[in-house]
Amino acid sequence: MTEYLLILVSTILVNNFVLVQFLGLCPFMGVSGKLETAMGMSLATTFVLTLASVCSYLVYTYLLEPLDLTFLRTITFILVIAVVVQFTEMVVHKTSPLLYRVLGIFLPLITTNCAVLGVALLNINKNNNFVESVLYGFGAAAGFSLVLVLFAAMRERIAVSDVPVAFRGAAIGLVTAGLMSLAFLGFGGLVSV
Amino acid sequence: MWTSILVAVLVLLALAVVFGGLLGFAAERFKVEGNPLADQIDALLPQTQCGQCGYPGCRPYAESIAEGGPINKCPPGGESTIKALADLLDVEPEPLDAEHGVEQVKQVAVIREDECIGCTKCIQACPVDAILGAAKHMHTVIESECTGCDLCVEPCPVDCIDMVTVEPDIRTWTWTPPTPGLIATDRQGASA
Repeated sequence: MTEYLLILVSTILVNNFVLVQFLGLCPFMGVSGKLETAMGMSLATTFVLTLASVCSYLVYTYLLEPLDLTFLRTITFILVIAVVVQFTEMVVHKTSPLLYRVLGIFLPLITTNCAVLGVALLNINKNNNFVESVLYGFGAAAGFSLVLVLFAAMRERIAVSDVPVAFRGAAIGLVTAGLMSLAFLGFGGLVSV
Repeated sequence: MWTSILVAVLVLLALAVVFGGLLGFAAERFKVEGNPLADQIDALLPQTQCGQCGYPGCRPYAESIAEGGPINKCPPGGESTIKALADLLDVEPEPLDAEHGVEQVKQVAVIREDECIGCTKCIQACPVDAILGAAKHMHTVIESECTGCDLCVEPCPVDCIDMVTVEPDIRTWTWTPPTPGLIATDRQGASA
């Protein structure tokens, strides 16, 4: 039980996928302009990441490993992720047209979110079992959501503040992301997983 | 060596077929009928069916909004409808487009019944079937159904239909809004 809790703390804070491992930076910069969009993106990513983590674990353990095809893992995971994203898009389109409108282009873009593929591959590298994979995926997504929402809130404030001309837009965004990353490095050593 | 390549190709192929089948099934199962967003927009519109927006009714206007059209073409709904639409669609509210008419205080049509000749022309004009009557018999307006669109005034040959402003009763009365004046905290906004 403690082990599972440690996985969550580790993925959300200590080894945060965005700010410490630098995966999934494109949606982190791209969708953080507005808090509401960031929330929608967080929800979609959380769902997709957890599901993709589970599916890729199952496919790897029960299909690729028994058949000695572990060298196919990257291409298989990409296939799995693409299917999960497409499936999520259909469900969202049916159940919540407004969320679908808000997410728009970003939902299909989760396919190319490197954090999703990163989680699937890291699960294999770390020899995580099923429950650990689920938690690892969920924790990664929760960490992603946390920093995305925090960052979006900050950018909304930056947008109305008096920023030197040369720093406006993406530049101040990246500087802020760097400072946030430094802050998150402060969690290092909290747990060692 | 060749067998392992063959197995790899076959496994990938099988996986792709299974996933393709799953997506195909989902596409059928979660098929979106019509435009659910248009339904939500339609529910916000006043349903006067007056056509002042330039569309034949509220539903076609809702569909045009769902496709990204302007939200400020509905005079009967006025500012409150525009605000509700802006909320739903997560866009900035805009002032009412004057080209399509101005927002009016709520009115209902009233037929001066002793002058009515029973021509049924107003009944045909009414978009919400709020006028009751038969040929050669006196007509009258069901007040609670009337949306005040004044489409029945024009066709009446004897001009016996009046648009009467509804006096605010205890449920609809509000304070008259204060005239907006510039206050100290507006200074930045006014100069920008």
